[in-house]
Amino acid sequence: MTLAEPHQPGAAPAPGASPAVLSVEGLTISVATEAGLRPLVQDVTFTLSRGETLAIAGESGSGKSITSLAVMGLLPPNVRPTAGRVLLGGTDLLALPESRMRAIRGDRVAMIFQEPMTSLNPVMTVGAQLIEAIRAHEPVSLREARARAIEALDAVRLSEPARRMGQHPHELSGGMRQRVMIAMALALKPDLLIADEPTTALDVTVQREVLDLLRDLRRETGTALILITHDMGVVAEMADRVLVMKDGHMVEQGPVAQVFEAPREPYTRALLSAVPRMGSRPPEPAPPPAAPVLVLRDLVVGFDAGAGLLGRPTHRVHAVEGVSLTIGERETFALVGESGCGKSTIAKAIAGLVAFSGEIEVAGRVLRSQADVTREVRRQAQLVFQDPAAALDPRMRVGDLVAEPLVIHGIGTREERRAKVEALFERVGLTRAQIDRYPHEFSGGQRQRICIARALALNPKLIVADESVSALDVSVQARVLALLKELKDQFGMSYLFISHDMAVVDSIADRVGVMYLGQIVETGTREQVFGNPRHPYTRRLIEAVPVPDPDHVRPPRPREAREIPSPVRLRGDPPARVALRDLGDGHLVAAG
Amino acid sequence: MALYLARRLLQSVLILLGVTLITFFLLYVLPADPVRQIAGRSATAQTVESIRQQLGLDQPFWVQYARYLRGLLHLDLGRSYLQRSEVSELIWARLPPTLLLMAAAIACEVVIGLVMGIWAALRRGTATDTALMLVSFAGVSAPQFVVGLLMLYVFGVWLRWLPIGGYGTAAHLVLPALTLGLLGAGWYSRMMRSSMVEVLRQDFVRTARAKGLTRARVVLRHALPNAILPIVAMIGIDIGIFMGGIVVVESVFGWPGIGQLAWQAIQRVDIPIIMGVTIVSAVGIILGNLLADIVAPLIDPRIKLR
Repeated sequence: MTLAEPHQPGAAPAPGASPAVLSVEGLTISVATEAGLRPLVQDVTFTLSRGETLAIAGESGSGKSITSLAVMGLLPPNVRPTAGRVLLGGTDLLALPESRMRAIRGDRVAMIFQEPMTSLNPVMTVGAQLIEAIRAHEPVSLREARARAIEALDAVRLSEPARRMGQHPHELSGGMRQRVMIAMALALKPDLLIADEPTTALDVTVQREVLDLLRDLRRETGTALILITHDMGVVAEMADRVLVMKDGHMVEQGPVAQVFEAPREPYTRALLSAVPRMGSRPPEPAPPPAAPVLVLRDLVVGFDAGAGLLGRPTHRVHAVEGVSLTIGERETFALVGESGCGKSTIAKAIAGLVAFSGEIEVAGRVLRSQADVTREVRRQAQLVFQDPAAALDPRMRVGDLVAEPLVIHGIGTREERRAKVEALFERVGLTRAQIDRYPHEFSGGQRQRICIARALALNPKLIVADESVSALDVSVQARVLALLKELKDQFGMSYLFISHDMAVVDSIADRVGVMYLGQIVETGTREQVFGNPRHPYTRRLIEAVPVPDPDHVRPPRPREAREIPSPVRLRGDPPARVALRDLGDGHLVAAG
Repeated sequence: MALYLARRLLQSVLILLGVTLITFFLLYVLPADPVRQIAGRSATAQTVESIRQQLGLDQPFWVQYARYLRGLLHLDLGRSYLQRSEVSELIWARLPPTLLLMAAAIACEVVIGLVMGIWAALRRGTATDTALMLVSFAGVSAPQFVVGLLMLYVFGVWLRWLPIGGYGTAAHLVLPALTLGLLGAGWYSRMMRSSMVEVLRQDFVRTARAKGLTRARVVLRHALPNAILPIVAMIGIDIGIFMGGIVVVESVFGWPGIGQLAWQAIQRVDIPIIMGVTIVSAVGIILGNLLADIVAPLIDPRIKLR
């Protein structure tokens, strides 16, 4: 490992521009392994002025998060910077002892993280965590710190800030927790805020609110912002400049408009073209009416909650409340909606994993209760889940995993099964040679292909894909989506495609159902729902999607911090059913 | 809360009923004959029989048990066969030394266990970590009578720092409390280490560091309250585990508590005392667990008592 030469800043600030808040020069970060130092990030250089937003974009493993942790001095124990400088207003942070770095952390450089659910201490009140952050850096009285904490909560547009102070994180929703994180980070008016995937774990409408908030606060405080994200839509909407990273290297850096319109590097071009965009798919002729493969008639799934006297439940979660839909042969029906809307519960009901009432008809077989979901039914409807790493037993060979459904259903001899698995592997884009390997030897995208092969093993009529591409990087996601389309054309099955991602749904679905609080509020063909959304909730969802186009002008919309109401209700108080009205050609919209 | 306590009280009564039934039955089928112990070796068959009738030990099991329960309902634990006094008085007199010893032992194991566990977690993967865990392993594996005798020899006989037995001053308390506490300290340090290692990996610990808090504050204010929950649950269970150790330790160090009382009673088949000590221990275990369950939601507000 040689030390890098002293480095010139990549882009010198233009004359008259405000001086750099942060300038990172030739930063190289390595991890200590048994085989010596291995670089994770190499020779990264950028500068950031006051009030400017730099997006560091890249796929998983690109080194974007490690770069930001190095700026904070929060690298894991075996990882350390091995070359370069991180200058904050002239001070090299990498050379500072921990005690002086601690004084800068949280005060001049603050950070917010991806997971609002786990980033706050669950056993401390929100107020205590805020006050602590303030008092760590400023010698103010408890009373004054408290007043400033309330002020900070008010600044992030959190309702009832004084009451929030006494609440614990589990009493707040994900969006509210992320607001608390932002309040904590900005309470001391830092020069630099690093936001590491701040909205990735949030629902799209909540993401919209948090992005709006970040933009407003940046304008109000003049804080420079480093936004680490995999989402090119977020980049286009938020950033002034973008730095694209891949495998620890800088690929390209420049103003957002320039990088989006005329990307210089092939990788940037590939990345941008892989990004699913709403409305980019041309209208297609409606497929001819086909025999139904899946029919849901007034499907209801609920769970009991709470315990009163003698442990009797007091509340009921109305997860799915009277959903009816039909999926024809070779049709892809997408269910979209935000977390807790009941879309995954429908998948569970079809797989016989939860008790339901109403009717589910799979390939002509009518099921009226969970007990009716026999092995034969499951053979016709197979599932592909979100996290392929969790869906594959790490101690089984992937070939055995794919063959397992055949074994369970007693199909074929050992040799026949082997031949079938080999054929499936080749069909999903893997090789025969990989059959005897274990899941950990594959990448995320490859693992999802294995899950798809497993789902295909029984030649099902229907594949229920529950957020199956959500955990994948965009370029991998694009390839898996293409594979799913090919497989549908070849094997002639149908998909129930469950996703929170509107752009992905727009790229794959024939018909769409929008779910809200356990009910479908709008359904129709993709063109009807996305081209002519009629229900206010559908419109809100579509408008909230970040658009990967820097020229896109977002119509002003009142800033609101609205929480989706809870599907948990007192027993004996079921929610009102929406009535769907036909606007013509099967475009159904909830009235009112 | 009131509802919860009512439910727990009902459970406790059932548990106590089960404990009395099982213990009473075991003592009933025991081949040792308490009457022989009372009458002495030279007593005639007639004397033995009359004592047996006098104590009601000639009655069938269920009659004896029913009579015992009736007494228990009036908080009457019966009279000792040999000591000619009320069992409740005997236990009452012996209880304070035992409670003192237990409290000291719990303090020992909690303090030693937590300090070692946190230290090892912060130095994870280093020689310090390995050494601490070796020590804790020794603490877990060594039988208490061995640890007790060893410490007695080293500190009492050889170094003469501490008294070798008896009761009265703080110095008398040190060795028995340590002996009793070391086993738990070994367990706690291992539990605390793994719990702490887990918590230190959590996102909120990173948040706390990102705020610019000192290392000490991150560990003690943020990580510790989250890591300590499994230990709190263990302390409740520990009171039960202690009962076994207390019999040994009180005998080794001549500590005048109910462990010693129980040991003497077992040797002499003094059934009322054995029953009494068993019931008092069971009540102690139930209270310990209840306390641990009540404390848990105070530490972690996500836990609800149901």
